[in-house]
Amino acid sequence: MTDQTNPSVTTATPTARPRAASGGMLGLTKKDSTLMLIVFALVMLAPFILNPFPEGSAMAQFNAGYPDLMQRFVIFGIFAIGFNILFGLTGYLSFGHAAFLGVGSYAAIWSMKLVTLNVIPGIVMAIVIAGAFTLVVGFISLRRSGIYFSILTLAFAQMSYALAYSVLTPITGGETGLQIKNTDSPLFGGPTDGSIGRANLFGAEMGNSYELAVGSWLFTFNLGYYIAGVALLVAFYLSIRIFRSPFGIMLRAVKSNQQRMNYTGLTPKRYTLSAFVISGMYAGLAGGLMVAMDTQVGPERMFWTASGEVVIMTILGGAGTLMGPILGAGFIKYMENIVSKINKDILHEWFAFLPDGAEDVMVSIVYPFIGKGWHLTLGILFMLVVIFLPGGLVEGGQRIANKFRRNKTDG
Amino acid sequence: MDQIIVQILNGLDKGSAYALIALGLTLIFGTLGVVNFAHGALFMMGAFCAVILSRILSASYKVVDESQTDFLGNPLQVDVFYVQRWFGDAAGATIMDWAVPLAILFSIPVMIGIGFAMERGLIKHFYKRPHADQILVTFGLAIVLQEIIKYFFGANPIQTPAPDAFKGSLDFGVWLGYEANAIMYPYWRLVYFFFSALIIAGVFAFLQFTTFGMVVRAGMADRETVGLLGIDIDKRFTFMFGLAAAVAGVAGVMYAPIVAPNYHMGMDFLVLSFVVVVVGGMGSLPGAVAAGFLLGILESFASMPAVVDVLPGINQIIIYLVAIVILLTRPRGLMGRKGVMED
Amino acid sequence: MSKSNFTRRGVIKTGAVGGAALALPQYLRADGHAGFTNAPGDSEVVLGFNVPQTGPYADEGADELRAYELAVEHLNGGGDGGMLNTFSSKVLDGTGILGREVKYVTGDTQTKSDAARASARSMIEKDGAIMITGGSSSGVAVAVQALCQEAGVIFMAGLTHSNDTTGKDRKANGFRHFFNSYMTGAALAPVLAAQYGTDRKAYHLTADYNWGYTTEEAIVSSTEAMGWETVNTVKTPLTQTDFSSYIAPVLNSGADVLVLNHYGGNMVNSLTNAVQFGLREAQANGKNFEIVVPLYSRLMARGAGENVKGIFGSTNWHWSLQDEGSQAFVRSFGTKYGFPPSQAAHTTYVQTLLYADAVTRAGSFAPCAVAEALEGYEFDGLGNGKTLYRADDHQCFKDVLVVKGKENPTSEFDLLEIVEVTPVDQVMYAPDHPQMGGADASLGECNNGA
Repeated sequence: MTDQTNPSVTTATPTARPRAASGGMLGLTKKDSTLMLIVFALVMLAPFILNPFPEGSAMAQFNAGYPDLMQRFVIFGIFAIGFNILFGLTGYLSFGHAAFLGVGSYAAIWSMKLVTLNVIPGIVMAIVIAGAFTLVVGFISLRRSGIYFSILTLAFAQMSYALAYSVLTPITGGETGLQIKNTDSPLFGGPTDGSIGRANLFGAEMGNSYELAVGSWLFTFNLGYYIAGVALLVAFYLSIRIFRSPFGIMLRAVKSNQQRMNYTGLTPKRYTLSAFVISGMYAGLAGGLMVAMDTQVGPERMFWTASGEVVIMTILGGAGTLMGPILGAGFIKYMENIVSKINKDILHEWFAFLPDGAEDVMVSIVYPFIGKGWHLTLGILFMLVVIFLPGGLVEGGQRIANKFRRNKTDG
Repeated sequence: MDQIIVQILNGLDKGSAYALIALGLTLIFGTLGVVNFAHGALFMMGAFCAVILSRILSASYKVVDESQTDFLGNPLQVDVFYVQRWFGDAAGATIMDWAVPLAILFSIPVMIGIGFAMERGLIKHFYKRPHADQILVTFGLAIVLQEIIKYFFGANPIQTPAPDAFKGSLDFGVWLGYEANAIMYPYWRLVYFFFSALIIAGVFAFLQFTTFGMVVRAGMADRETVGLLGIDIDKRFTFMFGLAAAVAGVAGVMYAPIVAPNYHMGMDFLVLSFVVVVVGGMGSLPGAVAAGFLLGILESFASMPAVVDVLPGINQIIIYLVAIVILLTRPRGLMGRKGVMED
Repeated sequence: MSKSNFTRRGVIKTGAVGGAALALPQYLRADGHAGFTNAPGDSEVVLGFNVPQTGPYADEGADELRAYELAVEHLNGGGDGGMLNTFSSKVLDGTGILGREVKYVTGDTQTKSDAARASARSMIEKDGAIMITGGSSSGVAVAVQALCQEAGVIFMAGLTHSNDTTGKDRKANGFRHFFNSYMTGAALAPVLAAQYGTDRKAYHLTADYNWGYTTEEAIVSSTEAMGWETVNTVKTPLTQTDFSSYIAPVLNSGADVLVLNHYGGNMVNSLTNAVQFGLREAQANGKNFEIVVPLYSRLMARGAGENVKGIFGSTNWHWSLQDEGSQAFVRSFGTKYGFPPSQAAHTTYVQTLLYADAVTRAGSFAPCAVAEALEGYEFDGLGNGKTLYRADDHQCFKDVLVVKGKENPTSEFDLLEIVEVTPVDQVMYAPDHPQMGGADASLGECNNGA
């Protein structure tokens, strides 16, 4: 499953040589610095960018600038970036990554229930425990390669899911999962008045938001989102550094030719295992952040469809590219949260300008694709993207950019 | 002991479903090199062929019966079935009753058609693309197929019973000297098992003894050389895709009375069938079949109360546990070929 | 510092702050003036209908959504008014809620707690929903109920039958009209004893998750109180579709009754398998072998087809009830959609009306005021007879229907017949009942949010 021979994948990372010292900021090349700056700006300005439509307008349905979805964008972005370090570089397709995210989530919520409601220890715990779990799974699974590796990771994840749902109920809460309760008394700083504790950062709660009204626009700046956003920036920065480092080159070598590596006396397994654990820690970070933003965990977070989702996010965005996973994650989460909420009433509002008969016709044409039909739209879009944009959404972006560039030179 | 015999029967039965799906998956993978995530959806479409045919056969028109009322208090509209009107009550009822077996005949051309359309319209363009792209596009297709089914048939399971003649169970134990009721096994499940065995044998015989099959097998081993010999391997591969779709389809039709079909049954089987294929070894047809039966039997044993009492939760994870053990002890599964999907 | 945990967007729409905000960017203290999350403006109020639209329970979700739309129509004065005409409380007059037109947003729970919470959060944060309702599984109900508690909005549970929803996981902001596992056990056991005798041996197959556990516990304890013996209880994986390997050992276990603590697709398949294996014709211990399905749903009974005939179970409500309220509801639902409503539709319709009624009686949308109005409230005319919303655990107490699969159905909807209406006193229990989380379970403080 690893013969990623796509030209666009390589063009997206044209400077594979480590040029840590060649200027730019933070040890990045100029090009990478630009990319980093773009991502920085996107994360910081997301509340504006994602809320382009004024409140109360028909298009406000498409606004995504509310805390929950913005948090999900960055959290799944982190998850996919981590997955891409493994899959994009080494070509090893893990089909059980959701388990690491789930384990991280359980670790984080137990930290909050038992130790402190501060999110930092919770997130650290999530990364550490997920990393340790990944190490065990990776050590075993990496004895095989190709699809055999994929199925091994899948098997571990499905076992985690099944056990968390059933016999491990005392630890995982089973079907109903774990939430913070008013009976929880963490060692440090739990609420004393019998109310339910909230995740916080040194007292500032994750749910805190400032709202900015400009005309009929309303922008929400949420503390939790910015904390997750900073985590995304760090994760993205580290991912650039890994891509450009000698370690990253080794990982690419694993992908292109393991045998040659063996002959040169290098042990590919050490490199792939490191990549696997790193990407597992990214998943743990994502899992910890999910709990920090919304204090609950359920086992279905580890189901194979969740593992499949991150695979699809990465491929859809563009495997092996830096930006691809973030775009893919955003795309899928947007579909899931925005398209699924459109209902028949809203359609009637949209098409209200048409004469009655035409309105009903339009509504009945569009209706199967929205609301309960959002899966159908998703499936069609998967197919369209992969058919017409072999390099994923990143390739789409490049094509548009090229077009502009060409126009410029022509003009 | 009687319990063990029953569980072996159960295992063979489950195993034959797994084996049939895995066989089709391996056919597609082995001949075309395509990882087909839509294979579960093909199985589901097969099961819905049974549903559709039974709907067609029980097509009806409404007659108002003044003597009864419906839930709103209006006169009740009674369904009158066309087949009963045309062929008489008894014959009509028999035709409707036999919808599932008839659906086998119905499903074969339908599924071959779907298979052809899929291969020519979509899969063909993905032979040279990375496996990851194949997964994404076939997964997208699987979602689209199941959403279409959901649109027309809803999300709830649809009961599709076997003919009355196959209702009830065979008391197996009496033959083996046990008392009555010790080993009961439903007739339809026995039919399912023998039917599957027949299909599997048929596919193997076809590949083994026909020229067509030999060319395909040669193509599986070395596609380019066969192409150089001037044989139009593409056309044969299209046919193989249709065949694999038909195998998945009839497996689905026959399975419909055992587990009421619903739109996401394909996804339920998808992961499992990949595990079966990989445990069997990539590219090996006998491996896929053997792994199907092995996992089916082990799953049945793991669900015995005596086993679960000792190892709680073992019934939840047995398939995956076995997969891990086999893949760690046998690098390429039971009968995998070297170099297939290993890098 | 101005801060809010969950914010509402109604602010701008209503123009309360809009004018002032035009000129210069301004920090809003959301809802500071109202003191609770998502306080509605003067013209409209938004409710959030969070139901499964994809996944195995999508059909139940679709039926819930139909009922919600009907309820909104009736609240806003449209249609024939449905159960508003039979409801014992007469404060709702078809002018919306407290004079505000009822609007709604919908979302997809996917029957996954993560997705359900994401959807509920978007309703609260983006759409300004003042109340969240819906769902078709207990895992989702518990997860969303906890979220609503945290956010400071009211949660009116949809179809959720696990004891935990109003048991160990009960919350001050959450309310359940649907009945629960305990009530099923208490209602079903006497009927079973009367039908099948008191010296029965039961074998349980139980879905291996939370709802399964509480249902098994309830049925085991209530049937053992009748003198039954429990031979074995076996857990089956949620993802199981073929139950043959679990059904096969039943006949030789010495049991003469099989209890299927399964719901949805699990129930359809396990029951179908049990019938295939000839359990219905079998004899054991000199008696006819019997099957029991504790929780029935008409939608699922349809999936099981002929196999449900003569099999006992319980249900929250059934359209064939002859009381005024049920009739009114069936009439307006049936006229609008062409088929009778399911119990999921009924409970969600009733929950919406109860919420609207409580707001009106309280004269406020503030969750704590609404909760107070619901607590200990007794009402009638909503299809289940006299009903009490108990203050201690926010569980409705009402008669429970024991039903069995109909032998000669006249239509595809006419699958269940009511065997007995178990009076409410018989299914009553103490709020600190051990099956309900014992003495540790508490509602906590009600939360108004911002």
